[in-house]
Amino acid sequence: MPTRNGVTSALGAAAIVLLALTAVLALVVSPAEVNQGDSVRLLYLHVPTAWLALYLSFGVTSLASALYLWPRTRSRFWDMLAGASAEIGVLFLGLTLAVGSIWGRPTWGVWWTWDPRLTSTAVLFVLYLGYLAVRGVPGDQAVTSKRAAVVALAAFVDVPIIHQSVEWWRGQHQAASVLDDSRLLDPQITGTMATTLVVAVVAFTVLYAWLLAHRMRVFDLEHRAGQEDLTAALAERRAEAAELGSAARATP
Amino acid sequence: MDLVVRLRAVVSLLGRFPALAGVDLDVAPGEVLVVGGPNGAGKTTLLRACAGLVALSSGEATVLGHDLRRDRRAVREEIGLLGHATYLYDDLTVEENLRFAARAAGAGVADAKAALDRLGLGGRLRHVAANRLSAGQRRRVAIAAVAARRPRLWLLDEPHAGLDAGGRDLLDALVVEAAGEGATVLLASHELDRASTLAGRTVTIAGGLIADGLLRAELRPAPAASSAAPSPGQAATGTAPEPLRVP
Amino acid sequence: MFRDAVLVAAKDLRVEARSRVATNQVLPFALLVLVLFAFALGTDRGTLSAAAGGLFWLAVLFSAMLAIQRSFGIEAADDARDALRLSGLDAGGIFLGKAGAIVVQLLLLEVVLGAGIVVLYDVQLHAPLLLIGSTVLATAGLAAAGVAYGMVAAGLRVRETLLPLLVLPALAPLLLAAARVADAALGGTPGLAAPWVRLLAVFTTVYVAFGVVAFGALLEES
Repeated sequence: MPTRNGVTSALGAAAIVLLALTAVLALVVSPAEVNQGDSVRLLYLHVPTAWLALYLSFGVTSLASALYLWPRTRSRFWDMLAGASAEIGVLFLGLTLAVGSIWGRPTWGVWWTWDPRLTSTAVLFVLYLGYLAVRGVPGDQAVTSKRAAVVALAAFVDVPIIHQSVEWWRGQHQAASVLDDSRLLDPQITGTMATTLVVAVVAFTVLYAWLLAHRMRVFDLEHRAGQEDLTAALAERRAEAAELGSAARATP
Repeated sequence: MDLVVRLRAVVSLLGRFPALAGVDLDVAPGEVLVVGGPNGAGKTTLLRACAGLVALSSGEATVLGHDLRRDRRAVREEIGLLGHATYLYDDLTVEENLRFAARAAGAGVADAKAALDRLGLGGRLRHVAANRLSAGQRRRVAIAAVAARRPRLWLLDEPHAGLDAGGRDLLDALVVEAAGEGATVLLASHELDRASTLAGRTVTIAGGLIADGLLRAELRPAPAASSAAPSPGQAATGTAPEPLRVP
Repeated sequence: MFRDAVLVAAKDLRVEARSRVATNQVLPFALLVLVLFAFALGTDRGTLSAAAGGLFWLAVLFSAMLAIQRSFGIEAADDARDALRLSGLDAGGIFLGKAGAIVVQLLLLEVVLGAGIVVLYDVQLHAPLLLIGSTVLATAGLAAAGVAYGMVAAGLRVRETLLPLLVLPALAPLLLAAARVADAALGGTPGLAAPWVRLLAVFTTVYVAFGVVAFGALLEES
């Protein structure tokens, strides 16, 4: 059964258009950057995916988890939203780290640096992998959903602490090498570049919404399939009792 | 008179499997109710549901005045469940286990001691670590742990299993005594003969539902002398036929 | 809640005193880890003593994994949740009690490990107040986070593999801060430790509060 519907088609179309626009702007229209040359174009991929994963996806997951745990607002919808958003978030965060690494190679000459932002991002990545691991545990779905929600909130609470601690840690090793040169981390962003960046962020946000809609539809279909199983199972179970009853009545 | 247990169309799922498929049950205070039924019928789930351990998917359920769908914690504080697992700490002695159980439930150390004595564990056995006991002895300790909590509702799942003759007598005496003091007892058992001597009433559960009177009579092993057909009097002492409910 | 916490902590410690798992298994493991670090990093005295603070806390962290698994393992083999829920104890009290028992066990472990790094890595202990204070604080944070996540993993068949995955990333800032404080203390520059001690305090407070609040929700489902 396809998960496409009116909403997702509209979102999908919008996403394609915006992404195409972004590609054109990023690769052709906008200029190369003063210090980094053409490798700055990777930023048009890196920044939106980072924004998407770190703030949008995980923010949504945390909020949805809180709403799911709060008795008055508890509903399957929040649980599905939290899970779908986290999956997309992990996907994009992985992409962010990978693209960042690829960008770092020509720029800094290394694949990785213990820069505070990168490091806290990596820890966050693993935290959310843990969240998905809890969701993926086989067993009673109500149990895993609740536990996963708690884990999501714990991660949310932990993030500022992680970030602050890593900032201080790396801050103590200031100016160790050109790797910490902030000119490279925060490139000069001028007119066209800024526009491109904004378009890119919008495009990826639409992409997120499209993916989210599809994923939640899949969750919903899984749930419905489960409910059908349940009705059948209930009927079978009652038949057991009826059988025993008629067997009892049959014997003299 | 407030019912101790009131269940209406209760459905409980274990994963996808409906262990309870629409149960209706009323239990009055001070009653001793025996629940019989074949394996897999839902006896254990029924007791666990009354203990507040199991989430209910639909239906209404009230135990000791607490709504089972909203406030399971409060229920647990007032019940005593004897399940299949013994919930003992292997490395602690019998006495230490009982003292912990009593104090956790808000009862006193004296209650623990009394329960110990009552179950014939007062002597040398008190200082033996739980993992060095035989299965039957562990069962007795588990029963004592329930007794030490002085619960208002006793939920006993196959309590006679694993006990020797002496233990079974002790258990029966304990049940009678508890009922005498105003507690309510729900007892699930295969051994309907023995159990029903304690009971004011028996119900049968099958396929996740409380079955009707006819079925109950059939599942009880027929005594050799009397006829197998249920007499009108027998049907009348049990619960009225419980209708099958759709949740 | 506190009465229940004391009851649970006393029970956990009594079980430990009888079974001696911490002393017979976890402690040797911790010392082994110290030795393995030496194998891994090379026995150049300079390297080991410079890294001693971090290695100490890493050893504590790994040992804590074992202690936490054990803490939930004693609650009725298969289903820790049932035993704890049936007891009628207050959820926050159970959390504090279990965390408290782990703090005591870890503190005893840390004394021995401290002696271990003095001997094996050739360090000198300066600033005892800072060391002791920060160690207690960090251990409390470690226990709090560990018991909270331990409850998430408890009773699940995959708990042995799930717990480290959940807890270790969350403990990253604690490790960072505690190791830096230890470095400062051992290196004779206690003044540098101040912001890290503050971080430890924040971490510990946050996780203790979180644990007390969340434990109820974790115990509750199904």
